[in-house]
This record gives sequence, structure tokens and C-alpha cells, in this order.
Amino acid sequence: MVRAALPGRLSWRAGTVSAVRQETPSARTLVLEIPDWPGHLPGQHLDLRLTAEDGYSAQRSYSIASDWSAASGQVEITIQRLDDGEVSPYLTDVVEPGDQIELRGPIGGWFVWRATQPAPVLLVAGGSGIVPLMAMIRDRGRRRARQPFRLIYSVRTPEDACFADELRRRVRDDPGLDVHFVYTRKTPDGWPTPPKRIDVATINSHGWPPDFAPDVFVCGPTSFVETAADILVALGHDPKKVRTERFGGA
Amino acid sequence: MPELDGNALAGDLAEVFAVEMTAARFTCGGCRHSGTVATLRVWTPAPGVVGRCPGCGDVLLRLVRTPRSVFVTLGTTRLELDV
Ligand SMILES: Cc1cc2nc3c(=O)[nH]c(=O)nc-3n(C[C@H](O)[C@H](O)[C@H](O)COP(=O)(O)OP(=O)(O)OC[C@H]3O[C@@H](n4cnc5c(N)ncnc54)[C@H](O)[C@@H]3O)c2cc1C
Ligand SMILES: [Zn+2]
Repeated sequence: MVRAALPGRLSWRAGTVSAVRQETPSARTLVLEIPDWPGHLPGQHLDLRLTAEDGYSAQRSYSIASDWSAASGQVEITIQRLDDGEVSPYLTDVVEPGDQIELRGPIGGWFVWRATQPAPVLLVAGGSGIVPLMAMIRDRGRRRARQPFRLIYSVRTPEDACFADELRRRVRDDPGLDVHFVYTRKTPDGWPTPPKRIDVATINSHGWPPDFAPDVFVCGPTSFVETAADILVALGHDPKKVRTERFGGA
Repeated sequence: MPELDGNALAGDLAEVFAVEMTAARFTCGGCRHSGTVATLRVWTPAPGVVGRCPGCGDVLLRLVRTPRSVFVTLGTTRLELDV
């Protein structure tokens, strides 16, 4: 069912999967071609709707992983498979290049980073919460922006880290970007600490001091976001400077 | 039931409102807590969504879609919008 779009309002449209890229054994990136995409800001997401032949439909939100440049025109989303999930296994295992997907976007205007924000930035990601934060890192890199960025990225095991090679390369090539991993189940060989969850010491040592008044973005499963945001506020960060996005789940 | 936040409402709100609504500020009539719509606590039991005040848990926003309309309830006022 297609209706005329109201000016200024969002409406559903079709996108085509032009390529897929496996990021980890359980996460995959879909590269989407979306006619007339107006561009997006890092941190925005899109909504995706799957409809079965019997009319049953399921809708989910996915953050945009890519930074926008009109030259490339690309929109990428990265999906973490939840084995018991309804939608994510379809996106990670079934969808192929050439398939069409119904979507709307770009969406959101609060959980976004704009290169005009002068403050240093702290990014705190749990699992797939890396996706919108990666768009911010990529946008900063493409613009050669000067704001110092620190990323704290919590994953279960080294194999679960998305974009690991790209992050390593960017730490080398993008001046002012630091990345610290937290491993909750299994660490790489020789890692100085046993597996642990994100805690006060981690954010204290690898974040910015509250006096620097950083812009903070926290994203991931709901319980992760709440833990990290509580720690940040307890450490003295202004709650108004701590922007959060909950992906759901435990 | 997964607990999300107001960011998850952005798409439904953008089908209705011409300005980006998750960056809008609200003030709770119950506890006077104020914040951005993105920070509302959101539950998504089909077929609608409910946004609650993070301060006191009161329902501040409800959004229900039917094939032709979106019902947006703000406080005790219900708006019916054709989409
Ligand atoms: C604004 C926004 C942006 C998002 N961006 C991304 C993204 O970039 N990449 C991505 O992979 N996901 C993202 N998500 C989560 C995504 O929308 C889906 O919730 C997720 O893919 C699970 O859908 P599903 O149908 O597979 O699982 P469901 O069938 O909905 O749920 C299956 C089980 O998994 C649990 N669950 C649901 N969500 C999560 C979660 N995030 N973590 C752990 N357990 C969960 C449920 O409680 C349930 O027990 C985002 C969510 C929001 C609100
Ligand atoms: Zn309240």
C-alpha cells in the first residue's frame, strides 16, 4: 500500500540490498541502495519492516553504521544475530544482494553527533551498540575533525568485536582516537585482566574526566546502557551530557 | 517485555510530526521532571507503544496505529491523525 508522502513527514520506501559483509560469525553488514536518500547524521537509525505473504509484519530499528557522503551514497546497517530472534536471523543469514527491503529513515535527532560540537567525545558501546558510534568515528575520520574521541567497547569475546580491524587501523591513522576493549567472557591471550563487566575503574581510566565536559554517547542492550550511564553520573558527568540509546533485551 | 527509550519512537513520531520529536523537551505534569523525549522509558506491547516519565513512571505519551490513523495521546489528550 503506497500513499502520497506528506511533505516533511517520513514514509516507507523500498531499499535494495546491494552487498553483504560478514563482520563476525554472528554479525553482518547490509549495504543498502535507497533511491532519493537525503543523507544522514551519525547516530541516526532507520526502521525496517518485513511483511510475510499472509500479511503479518514485523518492524525493527537498526542504526546506520556508515557515515554519509553524497559521493558514495551508501547506507550500511550492521545486525547482530539473536539466535531466538524473529527478525535478526533473517537479516544475518537469509537476505541476499538484490533483495528489496521496506524501510523508513533517516530517523532521530538527539542521539547524534554533529562535527560542529567542539567538546571531546566519549563513546561507550556494549555489543551491537557499537553501530551508531562507529558512524560517529567514521564521520570524524572522513572530515578529519579534531575533537578527541575515546571509545570503550564491551564485547563477550575477541571474536565478537565488530569492525576490529578498521578500529585498529583508525587508531593508527585518525589522530586523537583511542579505543579500549572490555571483554566480558573471554580475553585475548596475554590480556592484563580476567574477563569482567564494564565498571567504575574502566570508565574512570579510559573515559574523560568530568571536568573536560565531554559529549558522551552510550549505546547497547538496555541493562548495559543503564549500568554505564549510572557509573558516568556517579563519576560526576552532567546527566544532560550523557546521551543514551537502549537497544532492548536483558 | 523489552524496555527501550524514546529513540525507538522516533520513526513513528516522524510519520506524524514535521519536526524531529526525540530532541523535544518534555516536563512531566506529575513530578516536574524534564528531559528530552528520547529519554522516555518505552515499552512496546503490540499494537501500540507507551512512553513513561523516567522520573516517576507516569505515562506521558501513547501511540497506537491502525491502518488509517495514528492515535497519539499526550497526557489526557488524544489526537487522531490520518496517515
Ligand atoms: C533505536 C534502535 C537502534 C537499534 N540498532 C541496532 C543495530 O544497529 N544493530 C542490531 O543488531 N540491533 C539494533 N537494535 C535492536 C533491533 O531493533 C532488534 O531489537 C534486534 O535485532 C532483535 O530483534 P529480533 O527480532 O531478532 O529479536 P526479538 O524476536 O525481538 O527478540 C528475541 C529475544 O532477544 C531479546 N532481545 C531483543 N533485543 C535485544 C538486544 N538488542 N540485545 C539482547 N537481547 C535482545 C528479546 O528480549 C527476546 O528475548 C536497535 C534497536 C533500537 C531501538
Ligand atoms: Zn514524572
